[in-house]
Amino acid sequence: MSMAQPRLRALFSLGLTALLITGLIASQWLLGDSPQQMQFNARLAPPSVDHWLGTDTLGRELWARTLAGLALSFWVGCLAALLSTLIALSLAAIATLSARLDALVSLLIDTLLSVPHLILLMLIAFALGGGTQAVIIAVAVTHWPSLARVLRAELWQLRQAPYVRISRALGKSRWFVIHGHLLPHLVPHCLVGALLLFPHAILHEAALTFLGFGLSPSQPAIGVLLADAMRYLSGGYWWLGVFPGLGLLLMVLGFERLSTHLRRAL
Amino acid sequence: MLTIDRLSLQLPLYVSWWKREWATCLNECSLKFSAGEVHAVVGASGAGKSLLAYAVMGLLPTPARLSGQIGYKGEPLNASRQRKLRGRELALIPQSLNALDPLARTKRQVAWAAQRAGHSSRHARHAAQRALDHYQLDARAQQAYSHELSGGMARRVLAAMAHVSQAQLVIADEPTVGLDPLHRQRVLDALRGLADQGKTVILITHDLRHALPIADRVTIMRNGQQVETAPARAFQDSGASLTNTYSQALWLALPDNGFSSHAVSHAPQTEQEATVA
Amino acid sequence: MRLILRIARRLGRLTLVLLCVGLVSFGLMMVSPVDPVDAYLGPKMAQVSPEQRALIAERWGFDAPPAVQFGHWLRQLVSGDLGWSHVYNQPVSEVIGQRFQRSIMLLGSAWLLAALLGFSLGVVAGAKEGSTLDNIISTYAYITASTPAFWLAILAVLLFSVTLGWTPTCCAGPTGTLSQDVTLATRLHHLILPIATLALLGIANVTLHTRARMLELMRSEVATHAFAQGASRIDVAWRHGLRHASLPAMTLAFASLGELFGGSILIEQVFAYPGLGQATVAAGLRSDVPLLLGIALFTALFVSVGNMIADSLYGVIDPRIQAGGL
Repeated sequence: MSMAQPRLRALFSLGLTALLITGLIASQWLLGDSPQQMQFNARLAPPSVDHWLGTDTLGRELWARTLAGLALSFWVGCLAALLSTLIALSLAAIATLSARLDALVSLLIDTLLSVPHLILLMLIAFALGGGTQAVIIAVAVTHWPSLARVLRAELWQLRQAPYVRISRALGKSRWFVIHGHLLPHLVPHCLVGALLLFPHAILHEAALTFLGFGLSPSQPAIGVLLADAMRYLSGGYWWLGVFPGLGLLLMVLGFERLSTHLRRAL
Repeated sequence: MLTIDRLSLQLPLYVSWWKREWATCLNECSLKFSAGEVHAVVGASGAGKSLLAYAVMGLLPTPARLSGQIGYKGEPLNASRQRKLRGRELALIPQSLNALDPLARTKRQVAWAAQRAGHSSRHARHAAQRALDHYQLDARAQQAYSHELSGGMARRVLAAMAHVSQAQLVIADEPTVGLDPLHRQRVLDALRGLADQGKTVILITHDLRHALPIADRVTIMRNGQQVETAPARAFQDSGASLTNTYSQALWLALPDNGFSSHAVSHAPQTEQEATVA
Repeated sequence: MRLILRIARRLGRLTLVLLCVGLVSFGLMMVSPVDPVDAYLGPKMAQVSPEQRALIAERWGFDAPPAVQFGHWLRQLVSGDLGWSHVYNQPVSEVIGQRFQRSIMLLGSAWLLAALLGFSLGVVAGAKEGSTLDNIISTYAYITASTPAFWLAILAVLLFSVTLGWTPTCCAGPTGTLSQDVTLATRLHHLILPIATLALLGIANVTLHTRARMLELMRSEVATHAFAQGASRIDVAWRHGLRHASLPAMTLAFASLGELFGGSILIEQVFAYPGLGQATVAAGLRSDVPLLLGIALFTALFVSVGNMIADSLYGVIDPRIQAGGL
């Protein structure tokens, strides 16, 4: 039962991540509105026993705000990754219908891949007028091409596969072919793909918010916290800049490790 | 020259999604290889022939359990000695053509092998040239990348790379797979030639028929077990001098011996292996 | 002849993709809820009467149907006119030209550094799998691959500029000095930290990719065969590994220009470096549609050329596909 076994390691990191995420969500429930509560006698307080990670200019607890920001990032990332996977899957399916549709989809993929992600995100957020929904849609719409490429190639290959052709020739129903032959191949790809998308989605959401195109400044998002910290950098209020980013890094790192372990195990 | 004493090997295996067990791939094999001989190791796929070769070379995959003794020239052949002797005293002709680097030209790869065997870089080029000429690879083949070579040429390149090392022990792992009779004979003759120079040649093959003409001794393997070691001349007529029913069955199942499957019935569970052989 | 045909086909595809980029970006601008007249006026919005607004809309063609506006924009584009940036009060092409000149220093040096260092670290880590050195390098790479670019820049400012005071906190030169008067040394002094941060982020990707390639090779039959010939790990890494890992690393370096540019936007924002990235943010926040469109198109050209080179590299260098060419 050593940890050198990739499958055990995947199981372990899956459990650990699930535990941390449950903790994160539960904390939002328990915290209530404390991320927004101001303490006028403790403005810009450095980290101490009373204020674990310090406070901001309005005397709001940084640890509560960081946790809230992480929870926000998690939900945004989840929704965006899910949407993105759905887009990838449906476009890959459409591409296999005919050669002309395939050319169209691959032109779309090339187009999206040729604009830097962040600029495309800004354009879409700009078009939708900013806000949470805009961020989720923007991230979802920009992140599907790589997964769609993989799924498209896989689907083309599956269509040509002898066992699928035999199945068809035997007169099996379309449902049987999809359910029995296609899904077992596509589901692991989608799962790993979504997991791989997730960290990128979170990072891009934070970046977009940081630049001022994303979540509204009234929400305690990580990007907002860090953009806020930028204004107090030269004053030496280091905790404002360090902790929210560290939280984000740990979360992204956790999911990155999870997806690597899962890929290795599957 | 090379002695293998009660060698056992276990490799990991997943029995369910997360549970790992150790599968026995070699079970208490004891073999002796002497200089000037071609010793054929024959068995069906999965019999553990290639693993035996990798165990001698010290090239087994990392999570492996190995027990028993390997001795070379009277001294134990441990990991550090294997590392020192590989390429100089011990040479391996690998089974797969993928062992050639697809991104380097043939002659350069042979020269690398010569350098690794201890030649200076200038001398290595001459040695490579000689080895390639010996295996009748022309100038075009020498400048080619491996995907431009035919299967037979690639096999000969692999043989040349082992030849250039001047090793005393040459292990040839399935060197004749996919070759036409002419080229197969050429490779086998070259191996016989090495043995006649006083070297030890271990010929690993699944093909008893082609091994017999050049082999001095034959070891039959099955499912990681060493079934029998006998002189090559024991494989004649009805194979009466063979002590093991499996080796007898294997011999009698050859086309020249009338595809007889009669003897097979005496050896339980051997139909599959016999047909493979 | 066949080569010319292939190049022509690639260029045709490039034009098609750029046209699509233009169409998509223009469409996005059209659906935006931001009123173009308000954006044009900026803070002077309140001082303008409805009649004047109508005049502005007519002058800039804001009231025409989207298709007409797109056609107009495209015609201008073909004649080399990208429009007028109201944020910088300059033609868009001039803004992009000036800003890109400043950004190219940052982008180019960070790109080179990331590619070279990333490749070397990846080769070393992959050749010595499981060693302490490998553990250090891959831990570093895994962590930086998950690090938000702007946060790393913030940390760098905090450490080197605020706490240690080694480097300036902002801009491309001292404030109040004209850009012509800034010496090369001062310019480099201002660039060091942004370049280092951007390179640090880029390294992780190349390292992880190269390491994966090296591991693949070290476990391949080619490596086992080389070991059987008595090669050491260093020998295998040097003779076989470099060959196998360099082409994918180069491909990745060219294909990741978009990511590099995205990183530079964030880093220019943190360091207040007046490059193309900062102009992008300003254009987006202050609804400078022509500038935003111009930048989108320009970066798309930049990235697609990178992608095109990445796609062609295999055909040109790999002997296995050389027969096919490009």
